[in-house]
Amino acid sequence: MSATFLHDALIYLAAAVIFVPIAKRLGMGSVLGYLIGGIIIGPFFLGFIGEEGKDIMHFAEFGVVMMLFLIGLELEPAAFWRMRKLIFGTGIMQMGATTLLCCAALLLLGFPWQAAVACGLALSMSSTAIVMQTLREKGLTKTQSGRSSFAVLLFQDIAVIPILALLPLLAITGAQQSAAGHAFLIEGLPGWTQTLVLLAAANAVVLAGKFLFVPFLRFIARIRLRELFTAAALLIVIATADLMTIVGLSPALGTFLAGVVLANSEFRHELESDIEPFKGVLLGLFFIAVGASINFRLIVTNPLTVTILVSSIMAIKAIILFVTGKFSRLSFDQNMIFTLGLSQVGEFAFVLFAFISQLKILSAHWTDMMMGATAISMTVTPLLLLANERLILPGFGTKESSEEKEADSIDARHKVIIAGFGHFGSTIGRFLRANSVNAVILDNDSDRVDVLRKMGFKVYYGDATRLDILKSAGADDAKILIAAIDSPETNFYLVETIKKEFPHLKVMVRARSRMDAYELIDAGVKDIYRESLDTSVRLGVDTLIALGFRKYSATRAGQNFIKYDEAALKKLAVHRHDQEAYIFNTREQIEIQEQLLTADREANPTLNDHAWDSESFIEKASRDEGKA
Amino acid sequence: MNKILILFAHPRFEKSKTNRALLKNIGQVAGVTLRDLYEEYPDFNIDIEREKELLLAHEIIIWHHPLYMYSAPALLKQWMDMVLEHGWAHGSRGNKLKDKIIFNAVTIGGTKEAYAANGHNKFTIREFLIPFEQTANLCKMIYLPPFAVHGTHLLTEKNLNEYARLYQALLEKLAQGNFDIRITRKYSYLNDWLAKEMGANL
Repeated sequence: MSATFLHDALIYLAAAVIFVPIAKRLGMGSVLGYLIGGIIIGPFFLGFIGEEGKDIMHFAEFGVVMMLFLIGLELEPAAFWRMRKLIFGTGIMQMGATTLLCCAALLLLGFPWQAAVACGLALSMSSTAIVMQTLREKGLTKTQSGRSSFAVLLFQDIAVIPILALLPLLAITGAQQSAAGHAFLIEGLPGWTQTLVLLAAANAVVLAGKFLFVPFLRFIARIRLRELFTAAALLIVIATADLMTIVGLSPALGTFLAGVVLANSEFRHELESDIEPFKGVLLGLFFIAVGASINFRLIVTNPLTVTILVSSIMAIKAIILFVTGKFSRLSFDQNMIFTLGLSQVGEFAFVLFAFISQLKILSAHWTDMMMGATAISMTVTPLLLLANERLILPGFGTKESSEEKEADSIDARHKVIIAGFGHFGSTIGRFLRANSVNAVILDNDSDRVDVLRKMGFKVYYGDATRLDILKSAGADDAKILIAAIDSPETNFYLVETIKKEFPHLKVMVRARSRMDAYELIDAGVKDIYRESLDTSVRLGVDTLIALGFRKYSATRAGQNFIKYDEAALKKLAVHRHDQEAYIFNTREQIEIQEQLLTADREANPTLNDHAWDSESFIEKASRDEGKA
Repeated sequence: MNKILILFAHPRFEKSKTNRALLKNIGQVAGVTLRDLYEEYPDFNIDIEREKELLLAHEIIIWHHPLYMYSAPALLKQWMDMVLEHGWAHGSRGNKLKDKIIFNAVTIGGTKEAYAANGHNKFTIREFLIPFEQTANLCKMIYLPPFAVHGTHLLTEKNLNEYARLYQALLEKLAQGNFDIRITRKYSYLNDWLAKEMGANL
């Protein structure tokens, strides 16, 4: 590991750790924090990083690939299929109109038509990284504007491929040199073969997702090494991206497809929480690199040109987006988020401009200008959204929050999470489901998860004590968590985590033994369910019945015994500490058993009660008779 | 030939001398089904469909229970609330029990004299049983006067045997259809009608 690597890592991480919290505190969102951090450490301010920032940017673009994988994971195939009209409708409209308008404007500026078309295509791109990150941070992904934004971005991702194929045709020199990084396997093949190969590759990802990734993950999961699972998750993403690059498809699109295919698998949450940190760090790195790459010298020397360029590009994009939004029947506030959110030029434009420059379609000066404008527009977007949120939207009655509430079903608001789906948890799950309560289920035995999923349960594979897994299971807005894990230690650890991190959650806990119950009482848990109590009492009741007791009397005896035993548990739990100094664990158990047996005999909780007793009546009646 | 269903409700049957005596010999009467509700449903979770089937399969139904706080034990009330459904037992289309005969067989700690306007309990047994009578009317059933065993706390072995014999005789008469509804309804207790009948027959 070289010293420069450590040095670079230090600078980037420090920039993130310093600027992101400041930006968050000021209400600007993390994206702006990263961008500002990048500008500050960039060559024009502190100069910690120089031209190599561009290399970092290419590396960090992989964050976008991971992000699309994660987006895919949250989108089940059926949902994706339902979105197809939205994706193609809004996508074609936005890209087509933006390209045409930009192209026309550039022709007016005196660009040759080839350059105008190429730049128009590049400028029609928006930034998946910035938009999705910002929407997610603001919790807008599930709104109408979120869905429309996503549809447009996905279409652009798909469109990159034909655009890259088209650009060489525009080259003035006719030099069909292949650009670095785009050395496609299929180059030189006739057009229809290329199409076939592309389709085959996409199908390969889908089939691999179903028949290769899932069994592979199952195999890895059985080894029970957490880091191995993380490695496997990364391997899937990288392998998919690599395959796509080899055949010349967008790696982002490929991993998105892989994500969609895996969205239905039991590993969804585990994959999500494993990839999420890598994606987060890489995207952060990407934003910093974008910030650092802004050519301020260009701005200082041509302030007017740059300003006009950026603002007119963004204005053209915004107008088209607004009209597209209108066609998609977005309400005004949703449309404003959609319009301003997508109005920047995105990271794909960097790739396209680099390619355009290589093909000599555009002069070096204008390429620099365009790249600068792209970076600036990306930086401006979070600011525009902030202004929209603070200044424009408050003037209108409908904010997105009201819509979200409507969409909330009762089921979603009263969520129950069951951690541990062994013999104990599964009974609870079945009972709840029989009463139309569909709990979110977490279990870390992938074989069992698979079987249960086949039976139609919504079971997710994951270690329930992990904070990120709990979060993705919805612990933040759930109502009740049922801790039913087999191992008492793990269960106890889970309860402690919940109490600390999600204090609003009502925790209902399975306790294996009386001793476990004592520990849970000490931890402040109120709802404790000893797994053997009810069942053994029930067996006892049936024994009494078999011995000739009346069923109702035996049933009452059982009910009362449970009540009495629960009370004794609470009483002895406090008392236990008096003796802890000198009684060791095993002796303690015997001691407690003795105390219980003595108390049982003294209390004899049922058989001597006076319910429906007529003895006293008989006595009185006899006395009255005597008097008469 | 009538089939008789005894719906017996006693939470502490094991301690009831009177009821054990009354039910001791009823197995010998042809066509009688004894349904021990507290034994069937110790958890109060009544199987409504099963109970309906049984009702349909019998012509005469007896609510047999001790009088607790001037009414029946909780499970019998639960049975009435759950089984006698609207649209099945009552209501404009609830005719399933129409013209079936029903009455209470009730064991009572206090004497007959204590159940009178000037007695300790202020009201008669017939008055206390009005909810049962009206429930029967609601279900378009024919409600007969109750069979009552008074002063259960003081009954001797001999008394108990006498009552058991009487109850058995009643069940036999009803099973054979050897009775006139209009005449039985003239008496306040079936015991009185029975005494008259048996006296006449003897």
